Amino acid sequence: MPLDDAYFDYPHRSYGMDHDYYDWSMLVDRKPVDWPGGKRLALWVNVALQFFPLNQQGTPFTPPGGMTTAYPDLRHFTLREYGNRVGIFRILQALDQFNVRVSFAINSRLAERYPYLIRRVVERGDEILCHGWDMDTPHYGGQDKLEEAEVVARSLEVLRDATGQPVTGWISPGKSQSLHTPELLVLNGIEYMCDWVNDDMPYQFRTPAGEITAMPLSTELEDRFIIMHNLHSEAEYADQIIDSFDYLYAEAGEQGGRLLALNVHPWMLGQPHRIGKLEEVLQHITSRHGVWSAPPGEIHNAWRAAQ
Amino acid sequence: MKEDPGLYEYWPYEGRPKITWPNGARVAFWVAPNIEFYELDPAVNPHRKAWPKPVPDIGGYGTRDYGNRVGHVRMMRVLDKYGVRGSISLSTAVCEHHPEIIEMCRERDWEFFSHGIYNTRYTYGMDEAQEKAMIEDGIETILKHTGQKCAGYLAPALTHTEVTMDLFAEAGGIYTCDLFHDDQPTPVHVRSGSKFVSVPYSLEMNDTIVYVANKIEPRRYGEMIKASFDRLYAEGADNGVVMCIPLHAYQVSHPHRLKAFEEALEYITGHPDVWVTTGREIAEYYIDKHYDSTVADIAEKGSQ
Repeated sequence: MPLDDAYFDYPHRSYGMDHDYYDWSMLVDRKPVDWPGGKRLALWVNVALQFFPLNQQGTPFTPPGGMTTAYPDLRHFTLREYGNRVGIFRILQALDQFNVRVSFAINSRLAERYPYLIRRVVERGDEILCHGWDMDTPHYGGQDKLEEAEVVARSLEVLRDATGQPVTGWISPGKSQSLHTPELLVLNGIEYMCDWVNDDMPYQFRTPAGEITAMPLSTELEDRFIIMHNLHSEAEYADQIIDSFDYLYAEAGEQGGRLLALNVHPWMLGQPHRIGKLEEVLQHITSRHGVWSAPPGEIHNAWRAAQ
Repeated sequence: MKEDPGLYEYWPYEGRPKITWPNGARVAFWVAPNIEFYELDPAVNPHRKAWPKPVPDIGGYGTRDYGNRVGHVRMMRVLDKYGVRGSISLSTAVCEHHPEIIEMCRERDWEFFSHGIYNTRYTYGMDEAQEKAMIEDGIETILKHTGQKCAGYLAPALTHTEVTMDLFAEAGGIYTCDLFHDDQPTPVHVRSGSKFVSVPYSLEMNDTIVYVANKIEPRRYGEMIKASFDRLYAEGADNGVVMCIPLHAYQVSHPHRLKAFEEALEYITGHPDVWVTTGREIAEYYIDKHYDSTVADIAEKGSQ
């Protein structure tokens, strides 16, 4: 039996994108961005503080870094907990050693579980982003809109309450969205989201409730992606980040400000055999002139001002 | 279903008649950038899912879109620097969606060949009339938007039927990139009997296969390309060979990858006996100079 005739309909085969969320635009054609103080490259390091429930439902898919064995998967549960107990403090030391300003993306469920950890990062004064409820509460296509709206509202309410911060940035668990996620984020006071990986610079994203900025946070350069997904070595992690920095730094010299966004996980880079590679990377980056280490809210504001 | 596609004979690499490339080159070298469009919510093919996650699978979709928004321009700068004209494996709907990219390729006199309409529309399950219409649509779209008569085909997402080669040859095509059985061009049987050839495209050197399927580090990819070239360059002194690097701007053009690739390209193009060319030029040259002698040699060896 041949394919249905509908398979040969191409309803969006015309200029631009095949949806209305954002406009088609090539990075090279956009107005160059000047970062504050004439800096060439903005460095955004985000630390993901996550909770992976032992009783993972995995509906409709499991999160990256989630449980993999039959219940109870003590090995992965405790490996992820290691990040919140031990790894995070190594990461903080490394960041402070190189005066890197950082953001924390927090699963709101951690506010209740680990108030010490929340207090610790709040006292630092760094920007806090909401990372959804927990790693097993994904936003996904086909999800009931009311159910998702409740998750977004609850996640933000709990985190704002626990941190006293306005929380205007968002990273979905597993960087997964439904068709409604951006709209629900706007309705709940989020100004920028970091789930889309289709650009190296921020861009404007449309929702029925108004606009939101898509801030690029590379998945390709995540510690988890390079080391756990691609199974590359710690040394190769450092090589790839350094190569990426050198490339963007050079491109910024010709085309205007660029952004290097590194998402790190304390349960990954916070291990004793890996932390040195984060330090090596930060040493390389911060030793160059013209690097602006900043939290995403400031980067977002500077980008908006340059539009 | 058949045990063997019946597209070519077994024909051993040793003892073949010598292929000579223009100016005595040992290696015909071509780079094939895939310029693709993946749909956010494509029509469903019962034989293959487009995305692993429910729509919108923004990770997969966004990754591909990165190539169009950011990657192509970066890759073009590298290819320009080393005098390489791309042979574009084109999702032909890019002509409609992103004509700016097509224009940049036209300015560079790159070759356009068909990679189907969208890389999210698979050939599986099409009957002959459907596949014929899809192939002809792609060829007509390329002609309309670029003025080029499409010579080559890489089936969308490498999805085929038993008659894919026949249909493409009947639509006027002269080469396929879908077969990985050789390091030299070879004749491919098509039912019309027209002169139709396979031009080696290489999955082993394909950046997506390397980075994603095989999870290879960017710097190691550069080393693999150089090692492949070194051996082919040595063998090409005796009998001309083809080397292809298929690329995807959504992979190789990432900041952590492009430099290592550039170094490999600099290495290859720094050698004197390399014919830096395109898929069409290889196919036409081969059909003109070597097709008949190859067919004769295959016939002779087949009867031994």
